Amino acid sequence: MVTDTRSKVVKGEAEGARKVLLSIDDLHVWFELRRFGFGHAGYVKAVDGVTFDVHSGETIAVVGESGCGKSSLMKTILGLYKPTRGKVIFDGKNLSELDSAGMHWYHTRVGYVQQDPYGALPPFMTIERILEEPLIVGGVKKKEEREQRVRRAMEEVKLSPVADFLPKFPHMLSGGQQQRVVIARSMIMEPKFLVADEPVSMLDASVRVEILKLLRGLQESHHLSVIYITHDLSTVSYFSERIFVMYAGNLVEKAKVRQVLDNPLHPYTMALLTGTSEPDAKNAETFKEIPPGEPPSLVNPPSGCRFHPRCSKMIKGLCEIEEPPDFEPEPGHLVACWLYK
Amino acid sequence: MSQNNKLLRIEGLVLYFNTTHGPVQAVDGVNFELESNRAVVVLGESGCGKSSLAKAILRLLPRNAGTYSGHIYLEGQDIMALGEEEFRQNVRWAAISMVPQAAMNALNPVIRVGEQVAEPAIVHLGVGKDEAYSLVKKMFQHVGVPEDFISRYPFELSGGMRQRVAIAMALVTSPNLIILDEPTSALDVLTQANIFNVLKRLKKELGVSFILITHDIATSSELADDVAVMYAGQIVEVSDAHRFFAKPLHPYSQKLMASVPRLHGDKEPEFITGRPPSLIDLPKGCRFADRCPARFEKCVEDPPVIEKDGRKVKCWLYA
Repeated sequence: MVTDTRSKVVKGEAEGARKVLLSIDDLHVWFELRRFGFGHAGYVKAVDGVTFDVHSGETIAVVGESGCGKSSLMKTILGLYKPTRGKVIFDGKNLSELDSAGMHWYHTRVGYVQQDPYGALPPFMTIERILEEPLIVGGVKKKEEREQRVRRAMEEVKLSPVADFLPKFPHMLSGGQQQRVVIARSMIMEPKFLVADEPVSMLDASVRVEILKLLRGLQESHHLSVIYITHDLSTVSYFSERIFVMYAGNLVEKAKVRQVLDNPLHPYTMALLTGTSEPDAKNAETFKEIPPGEPPSLVNPPSGCRFHPRCSKMIKGLCEIEEPPDFEPEPGHLVACWLYK
Repeated sequence: MSQNNKLLRIEGLVLYFNTTHGPVQAVDGVNFELESNRAVVVLGESGCGKSSLAKAILRLLPRNAGTYSGHIYLEGQDIMALGEEEFRQNVRWAAISMVPQAAMNALNPVIRVGEQVAEPAIVHLGVGKDEAYSLVKKMFQHVGVPEDFISRYPFELSGGMRQRVAIAMALVTSPNLIILDEPTSALDVLTQANIFNVLKRLKKELGVSFILITHDIATSSELADDVAVMYAGQIVEVSDAHRFFAKPLHPYSQKLMASVPRLHGDKEPEFITGRPPSLIDLPKGCRFADRCPARFEKCVEDPPVIEKDGRKVKCWLYA
């Protein structure tokens, strides 16, 4: 029930008549645990009831720590995992109902930028071959057309002079250049939608900014929808319109970027913001107040609100018993926390 | 600041690596000082030689090390003059220890973590097994690892816990100086903040000094008393943290600072155009000149190190 009103709210306040491109509805992704290969031993509830929409041309950041389920969410969106329950709807089509030809079509519509560029590029292929591969698989028969598209993609990610880079192998490039190749590969089928999994976490500060600006440029010129997955809140504001904060398989806060950064509501979001440093010599003089403990196991998540064992604002008799629904203390700012009931 | 306060003084440290393309000038005439119970941050991009600097201090040289010269004074004694055996017994891990980069993966996967932490104590302090284990327990307390983790294997620990174990391992021989090579770059935000809380407490309670090697300016400010900025094998700026974070002097430091994304405020981060020079084929004169917005005729000559109100900067702008 709560879910219904909530998704209406999001749609209602959505910017004008922007079309919903991707819709995630009550998504659950559970992995079965087996004992000695047979007996059932519970589930890892990596994604546990996630609902949101992405409009065309919109960028969204999913922020969370490792083990919160953000990678499982992403892989389900990419069609690599099957949802246990719930739906992923892209352009009106339910992914679970697509046949293999349909999935093939879907994979030409969606690009994927991996986290570790060196790990994502086959070391024995030249850059030309790496970029040509999706075109061959995608059925672009003419060699000239493939060459042309490879060139165009490389120019777009500013790997120039193109002819110098084509015969190189991934190890001959710097980290930033490798990430450009990964981005060029994700863009080569001209997708409408890009999933970027921590695209800059392995890079130096200055290169990080370069790559983020490149991604934003592509997003604007191609009118892409982007899901940007990260654990670093500081890069989010340059790249996204909305932020979803994820904790232990749930989205705990959803709002516009400035709302979250300037006025965080969920205690977990507050902790993340406290934990993020800005360069200031005064930092060395104080200790940070960080919630104790570590994110819970996803096999047996805590009852009620999953953050309650670490939360300093926990309400006894409520937080540990009942799971909080989404509240909307200010327009467009949703938070799953009993403090705002 | 009398001379006796100096825990570590490095003078003209050079470390080159031999390759088939010529020598890689990873550390090229580095000077800096560290006082007791302080933390200096060595800031730089990947490939600037900052990890080689750590290795040079600890004399952990790979086989292809070439020129290795200069002076490293530890509490007044030149440890570069020591023989290998003496260095191993009295300096490495006894006086200076290190938390290696990606410490999470630096632990031996088939040995219980307690044993791994106890090993340096047994080797360097000559204590028995029981005493070593009680030391391990004490160290675990300092870094916030539950005592019963002693008999666990690394894979049973989370990334943050493994990092703490690596810090405990560096701490167990009670060295005066710990070198941290990118201690938190692979960790989550909250784990990162927790580790820095641990390091701050160690500094306060045990009086340990740190050299923190990192590319992350924002988190480096969590520990820094002093900052040394490294570019293409050389230190280009040394300053106290307060004035550095308020207003860096060297154009490279200024550019680095401008590349840090901020949580609040609308200032767009900027990137530095171009790439750092290859350490094999270094340009003449100022090594940053090609990428520097403030470049002028003088920059074709190697800039001197200029002292300015107790800060040092290697740039012609301040000459």
